[in-house]
Amino acid sequence: MEQFLEYFLSGLTRGSIYALIALGYTMVYGIIGLINFAHGEIYMIGAFTALIVATALTFLGFPPLAILLLAALAAVIWASAYGFTIEKVAYKPLRGAQRLSPLISAIGMSIFLQNYVMLAQTSDFLRFPALIPDFKWLAPWSHIMSTSRFTILVTAAAAMIFLTLLIKYTRTGKAMRATSQDREMALLVGVNVDRVISSTFIIGSALAAIGGLLIASHVGQINYYVGFIAGLKAFTAAVLGGIGSIPGAVLGGLILGWTESFATGYVSSEYEDVFAFGLLVLILILRPSGILGKNTAQKV
Amino acid sequence: MLTIESINTYYGNIRALKNISIDIAQGEIVALIGANGAGKTTTLKSISGITPPRTGRIRFMGKEIQNAAPEKIVAMGLCHVPEGRHIFPQLSVMENLEMGAFLRRDKAEIKKDLDYIMSLFPILAQRRKQAGGTLSGGEQQMLAISRALMGRPKLLLLDEPSLGLAPLIIRQIFEIIEQINRSGTTIFLIEQNANLALKSSHRGYVMENGEITLTDTADKLLSNEDVKKAYLGI
Repeated sequence: MEQFLEYFLSGLTRGSIYALIALGYTMVYGIIGLINFAHGEIYMIGAFTALIVATALTFLGFPPLAILLLAALAAVIWASAYGFTIEKVAYKPLRGAQRLSPLISAIGMSIFLQNYVMLAQTSDFLRFPALIPDFKWLAPWSHIMSTSRFTILVTAAAAMIFLTLLIKYTRTGKAMRATSQDREMALLVGVNVDRVISSTFIIGSALAAIGGLLIASHVGQINYYVGFIAGLKAFTAAVLGGIGSIPGAVLGGLILGWTESFATGYVSSEYEDVFAFGLLVLILILRPSGILGKNTAQKV
Repeated sequence: MLTIESINTYYGNIRALKNISIDIAQGEIVALIGANGAGKTTTLKSISGITPPRTGRIRFMGKEIQNAAPEKIVAMGLCHVPEGRHIFPQLSVMENLEMGAFLRRDKAEIKKDLDYIMSLFPILAQRRKQAGGTLSGGEQQMLAISRALMGRPKLLLLDEPSLGLAPLIIRQIFEIIEQINRSGTTIFLIEQNANLALKSSHRGYVMENGEITLTDTADKLLSNEDVKKAYLGI
């Protein structure tokens, strides 16, 4: 039972990070119908930014909590700036082109950013400081609930609740939903669609940066390639849950996290990916549009 | 109110509109009739900025709008109800209506307009929490028109409001259109059902292959021999 709980919580942690990144994929897909393959790189850039800022602040002697918050803030802002710019440079000029063109542009952007970071930083693994300070009151449960695991769960949950409220109740959120459902009509009621697309990229990138910071601090090392792997997993999560669906991305992330965690625990860590992608194949055969994929009932 | 001066609109290299000129005065209902593919929808899309014309001028309330972004045009009080209604399928009826007032900031007035629309269309009030995509065709058309009214239009563009609806519903929709016009909104209307459109309108334009071939008062068009033969099926 103890073991089961451990695997369950480890899967939940992993899954909520996948979900944070998957949200970016699914939101962008919902609005412009593009799989943003450079999204994983945004996550990686978020982690690198946090590392650079944290190192500098540690050097300057800041207290740990301030370092954590400032590093997170810097990562979010910098990654959002990247997301915003990528859309303007690589996707916007291709709007109205064939579907394949922006997809190729996205893959190109992903390769470019990986190599850019590799050349500008290093191709080695870098040690990432444990930014999250230990909570004393968590000590009795520390065998199953470490501080960093707890922080990841709480932060991810808070980010998802924030996103849900934003989409449900704010003007920007309504404009996003309207644009994803009917772009031309959104234009006709006066939505500035360009601005909605930019907002989507910024919000998605901010979530990915938070994910990058949390997981890097949890695992303790990063390199230029972490975004590719995490991006692939999160993309799988988004497809699993039904691409374009926001609750689907969260559900897909969690299911993927649990699958991997239980496969590692009860079978072998070598079979982790076999189970993860096997599940994807299975879902795509049984429900091609994903678990919560759009099957809109619409009268005409 | 709206003056279109010889606009030309292209899809790639295809010239869809050829030197179209149209005049609409305040308070009128003007119909644009013509066969499928004549360029009627493109004309409306050119006005509302979805497919801006390559050459020519469009003036609305004295200002040139041929190069303005769609949201700027909506903000001036020109609302477009597109063909096929384009209800946001997963937004509720209420949210669809709120989207119509997207550019307005006057919350109290928006509330007042919502109440007015709910009293005008009790069926929408009943279904306010239902997803827009689950409404029947007639209900969706009412919602589409109501959503445009939420933008407080001075000029309302209607693209095929009768499309796919039962005769009884069509009559109802046209009564509503005339009522909207009586309360001070100018209307520019596209219809394949020429007979119906001309009977509700003051004036009409006839369009063929991207060109305006005829314009007159609605009564005269209804009795015009060519129009009768081509569009009224008499």
